[in-house]
Amino acid sequence: MSNAYYGRIFRDGLWDNNVPLSQMLALCPALATTTSATNGLGMGIATVFVMTLCSLVVSTLRNVISPAVRIPVFVTLIAGVVTLVDLAMNAWMHSLYQVLGIFIALIVSNCAVLGRAEVFAAKQPILPSLIDALAMGLGFTWVLVLMGGIREILGSGTLFAHASSLLGPHFAWMETVVLPNYQGVLIMILPPGAFLVIGLLLAVKRKMDQYLRERERIRSGALPVLN
Amino acid sequence: MSAEPVTTKTPLRAHLSYPGLLLGAICLSMTIALLIGFQLTRKGIDDAALQDKLASLAQVLTATLYNNNPVQEVQTINDAQLSEQPIDVYLAKRDGALTGMAFQVKKPGYGGPITLIIGLDAAGTVLGARVISHKETPGLADRIDITKDDWITAFDGRSLSNTSTQAWRVKKDGGEFDQFTGATITPRAVVGAIYQGLLFHQRHFLGDTTPLPPAENANE
Repeated sequence: MSNAYYGRIFRDGLWDNNVPLSQMLALCPALATTTSATNGLGMGIATVFVMTLCSLVVSTLRNVISPAVRIPVFVTLIAGVVTLVDLAMNAWMHSLYQVLGIFIALIVSNCAVLGRAEVFAAKQPILPSLIDALAMGLGFTWVLVLMGGIREILGSGTLFAHASSLLGPHFAWMETVVLPNYQGVLIMILPPGAFLVIGLLLAVKRKMDQYLRERERIRSGALPVLN
Repeated sequence: MSAEPVTTKTPLRAHLSYPGLLLGAICLSMTIALLIGFQLTRKGIDDAALQDKLASLAQVLTATLYNNNPVQEVQTINDAQLSEQPIDVYLAKRDGALTGMAFQVKKPGYGGPITLIIGLDAAGTVLGARVISHKETPGLADRIDITKDDWITAFDGRSLSNTSTQAWRVKKDGGEFDQFTGATITPRAVVGAIYQGLLFHQRHFLGDTTPLPPAENANE
């Protein structure tokens, strides 16, 4: 399998087929956890980890799983893996668990994990499945960090507050006060703010895709289409 | 693409009972994996929970006050006025003498229950109080959390004897404690919960007498 193929997988995950912005999946965790950039990052990291693990398991078992019962099998596998990750983190990485723990349980209901199992890992060998899960997870993560960042700056005037409790004291430099003495627009931290920001991001992405398509068409020699 | 299509039929898989057996086998193996995982992690999780408890006790009890392990000296008290559940009181002792205690109080707030841990000295003066969990509005009422604001330290040093019943309220209700702009229900709940905790202490540890003179008999 060529590098171009893996490049395609990454491009799909990060932009063309991005989980929240194009597939419109996993909106529930994306909207609920992004009250700050740090929370978005935490949810993203946890999802990348679980998604990669689940894709590995599903891809390994892909020739055993019968199509008729694939969905319940995937759900069982994902729920089991997530629970094991939850237990292991609680026992052996407790300080990280105190920050990420609330996100882990939420991942069971993340339909993007099931989506990747169904669309990709069930049909592809192990290595491409791992890369796909990684790319999809990273695509999910950057959108969550961006959403969290926008909401945090407008809502509390800070960026990456409490990052050191998630990533360790070495990352204290990330914690910035963007707008000092800022009263905050409360609605941005409340659920409506999440809908406003995701709507905005979707619009921006559509516009950019439109522009890129247009440029591609001009470059390939066709006349621009007036609409 | 070298991947084989998922619908490839092998004789075994064509069998009618294959999907059911497969699903059963997956469920069984996941159950076994979870059982093993639970057994392997149980000790680690218990240890971590104990460490958490010690850390939260250390926040509300002055370290010089005790040299025992309060987690091992727990007195369970049933008190219908404070809680329907039995309350675990962690006793802080220095050289065997009771010097303080800590216990949890859970009261409804605005968005859900607020759980506090309250540390008191033997005379019933608040050494510290911390919110352990809450579901209050972020950015508005979550200032009860010590990581967001030091509002909760206003209770340090308060007791039933130095603060009258009338004063155990937020300022809006004629008491002595600040409310937050736009959020009164949350601080009202916290003030109420700590006051209830002090009454609980008075009922069970001071023998329902009138408030004691402060401090002198605390370290006896």
